[in-house]
Amino acid sequence: MNDALPKWADIVLLPLINLLLALIVSGLVVALIGKNPFEALYILVNGSVGSAYGWGYTLFYATNFIFTGLGVAVAFHARMFNIGGEGQAALGGLGVALVALAIDWPHWALALPAAVVGGALFGAAWAAIPAYLQAKRGSHIVITTIMFNFIASALMVYLLANVLKVPGSASPETARFVEGARLPNAYDVLPWLGFSRSTPLNISFFVAIVACVAVYFLIWRTRLGYEIRSFGKSEPGAVYAGISPIRITMIAMLISGGLCGLMAVNATMGEAERLVLDPVQGAGFVGIAVALMGRSHPVGVFIAALLFGALYQGGAELTFEMNGMTREMILVIQALVILFTGALDNMVRAPLEAIFLSRRRPTPPVPTTPLEPGGHPEKGKVEP
Amino acid sequence: MDETLAIELRGISKAFGPVQANKDISIQVKRGSIHGIIGENGAGKSTLMSILYGFYKADSGEVFIGGRKTEIPDSQAAIDAGIGMVFQHFKLVENFTVLENIILGAEDGALLKPSLAKARDLLKKLAADYEMDVDPDAIIEDLGVGQQQRVEILKALYREADILILDEPTGVLTPAEADHLFRILKGLRDEGKTIVLITHKLREIMEITDTVSVMRRGEMTATVKTADTSPEELAELMVGRKVLLRVDKTPAKPGEVVLHVENLRVIDDQKVERLRGIDLEIRAGEVLGIAGVSGNGQSELLEVLGGYARGTGTIRVNGIPIDLTGNASDARTRRARGIAHVPEDRQREGLIMDFAAWENVAFGYHDDPKFAPGLLMDHKAMRADCEGKMERFDVRPPDPTLAAKNFSGGNQQKIVLAREIERNPDLLLIGQPTRGVDIGAIEFIHQQIIALRDQGKAILLVSVELDEIMALSDRIAVMFDGRIMGERLPSETDQRELGLMMAGMTGKDAA
Repeated sequence: MNDALPKWADIVLLPLINLLLALIVSGLVVALIGKNPFEALYILVNGSVGSAYGWGYTLFYATNFIFTGLGVAVAFHARMFNIGGEGQAALGGLGVALVALAIDWPHWALALPAAVVGGALFGAAWAAIPAYLQAKRGSHIVITTIMFNFIASALMVYLLANVLKVPGSASPETARFVEGARLPNAYDVLPWLGFSRSTPLNISFFVAIVACVAVYFLIWRTRLGYEIRSFGKSEPGAVYAGISPIRITMIAMLISGGLCGLMAVNATMGEAERLVLDPVQGAGFVGIAVALMGRSHPVGVFIAALLFGALYQGGAELTFEMNGMTREMILVIQALVILFTGALDNMVRAPLEAIFLSRRRPTPPVPTTPLEPGGHPEKGKVEP
Repeated sequence: MDETLAIELRGISKAFGPVQANKDISIQVKRGSIHGIIGENGAGKSTLMSILYGFYKADSGEVFIGGRKTEIPDSQAAIDAGIGMVFQHFKLVENFTVLENIILGAEDGALLKPSLAKARDLLKKLAADYEMDVDPDAIIEDLGVGQQQRVEILKALYREADILILDEPTGVLTPAEADHLFRILKGLRDEGKTIVLITHKLREIMEITDTVSVMRRGEMTATVKTADTSPEELAELMVGRKVLLRVDKTPAKPGEVVLHVENLRVIDDQKVERLRGIDLEIRAGEVLGIAGVSGNGQSELLEVLGGYARGTGTIRVNGIPIDLTGNASDARTRRARGIAHVPEDRQREGLIMDFAAWENVAFGYHDDPKFAPGLLMDHKAMRADCEGKMERFDVRPPDPTLAAKNFSGGNQQKIVLAREIERNPDLLLIGQPTRGVDIGAIEFIHQQIIALRDQGKAILLVSVELDEIMALSDRIAVMFDGRIMGERLPSETDQRELGLMMAGMTGKDAA
């Protein structure tokens, strides 16, 4: 009965209804604190996509969410819930920073591929331990990846405060990267679009798009993707087919962690141009919502990431523009969107399926036995 | 008000979305009779009984119990109306005693003691009346399936059920246990109870029912007196066309030994020895049938041969030993050695139910350059391959883009069979080839197995259906408790002897 919804309804209509519900409830919350919800909505939309400035930030955030969303999505395909995107991205930041600080990079075009490798490797390595524990010991990946978020956070504080800090400086951050290890931003690359010099949107956005395409091919076109999806749908089936659960668990989690680690290229090399404390800022968790809302498909992840990017940027604007809209209020709105699009998906799905089913005509079974002679008179039948 | 009718259903209809599971069903069950309901999988038998037991609500129609119009919104209402149900999968608390299970949900008060004493008395009486002896203080998980089933019946009787519905009750029983069950049911009938027996086995219908109703595609196609009908007629009513109930085959021409198994042992994760030294041989061009009640090691035998359980001992395929414990001991390497495997549970193992049919034709063979020539898989080749298989194996509907779960059981099995047979294996492992498969498809699947044998392939057939084992096998080995109790030729044995061997009597005792 899983085919109750046509594909378009599953991919487009359902998320839209979820989003609408989230906005309505958010509007009620805004009204509850005595603000005009329509004004808030206007500021939210205008602040995120109403100007080149807004777009710059929206797309910058979206870049983060694409990476973490893809990471979570790949793990989903192997039926694993990677909640550790936060920690994997933090470690990815370490990898990116180590690459950026390692040598005096002559040009960003050389530093970027190296940073991609560094970020992905460190992110994957951080996912490798929970993956190994899951594959070999059966320790639940949800528990271990959450634990590893805390460990990552503590580790990064230690490293930044004691090891990577610039001697004599009070702030827990690395030295600024050299010129050749800073990524060109939107102003440098696409000056005619009207982005300002301070826009954090940078070339990593294109890396994110490449990642979307790569994940699409990986999951739906390669043999490995076939094995990952098989394993995700049925572990006994995978074993029957000769697919090793241990191997797939490891590989899927390494890819997942690697993609989450890539997020740090955007946040570290693209924006801060140094490794700061907590460059991830919740993107690992938002990635879960993005993957859920995007149905673990790269196109869906891309669109959902844009939406959450806009929500982040618009939310930030809202705190500036509207008196009384605190940071906490924005968190509430973001949480509502995550709640409705992710966790409460089935609440809308069930009634929607019922509507679609009732609109479809039941297929009448083919009559197999002739009516008994002298049976029911054909009442109500009108012959013209 | 007709007092002689235990159950009367009038115009029951039930749709699940676009699927009309029951369409305008009317049926009359006489008090004090055994009424069989027969039909293929998906014919709507279980839905109808679920409506009667209050699990589903009918879209339209009326239910009369004992001549009175009765609303059955939930199972408590069904119990109050005197209906007891014995499900195919027992609903017992495994670590409770028999008595505790019997009173569960029907305790008289806050204290258990009076109820337990009452149940104990009843149990004594029933044991005497119907040879239903069960130790009241035994823990359920220590009992065999036959005894567990008896507890289910006792549960219903304790609740003063007048009408007993049994859903596929013999699926897990040995022939001897089934006979015992039938004696109990006949005894209950003679006491005036009404029995409704849902089954897909024609033989059982002929053996114990008084009246039989046939369902097909959600409709009741006929209700006849059992004495006035024949298995052939019932099969035709079920399927809608003439069905060949026997398998036409010529005597086997065994060739070289393909599979040689010696002292094969398997110990499972719970450290229980599931296979306790199996020896067997299969030659090219013959079918070795493994009979046995499920859970006696047949699954483990298929798994270790198929490459996904570890074992000790020797397995040789075409004379070359295969690895049982090392790294090369997986399903992939087995396939490379010419072993194809149609698993017992096609929905769990043989197919990925959410994958389209065309994706499933490569399942297990996705390393084949035909499907994956380079880094990417060749979707076009997979689709083309699927179309061909669907045509040759008469898969309906022949639509490669349909997800596996949307095919009927028989057509799912044809997809698996097509995939495994067309690899041209030396040895085919096939478990429960027709479980959950409609009669029409059974005929086709049996023909395919015999055709493969006639091409000179070795076939290991595992089935809990004795009829199937008898019809297809050239030799029959009976498994019990991880051992092979003995081998028989189908021409020199009968169901009675095999049944005794399945219950653990050695060949000599059984003879």
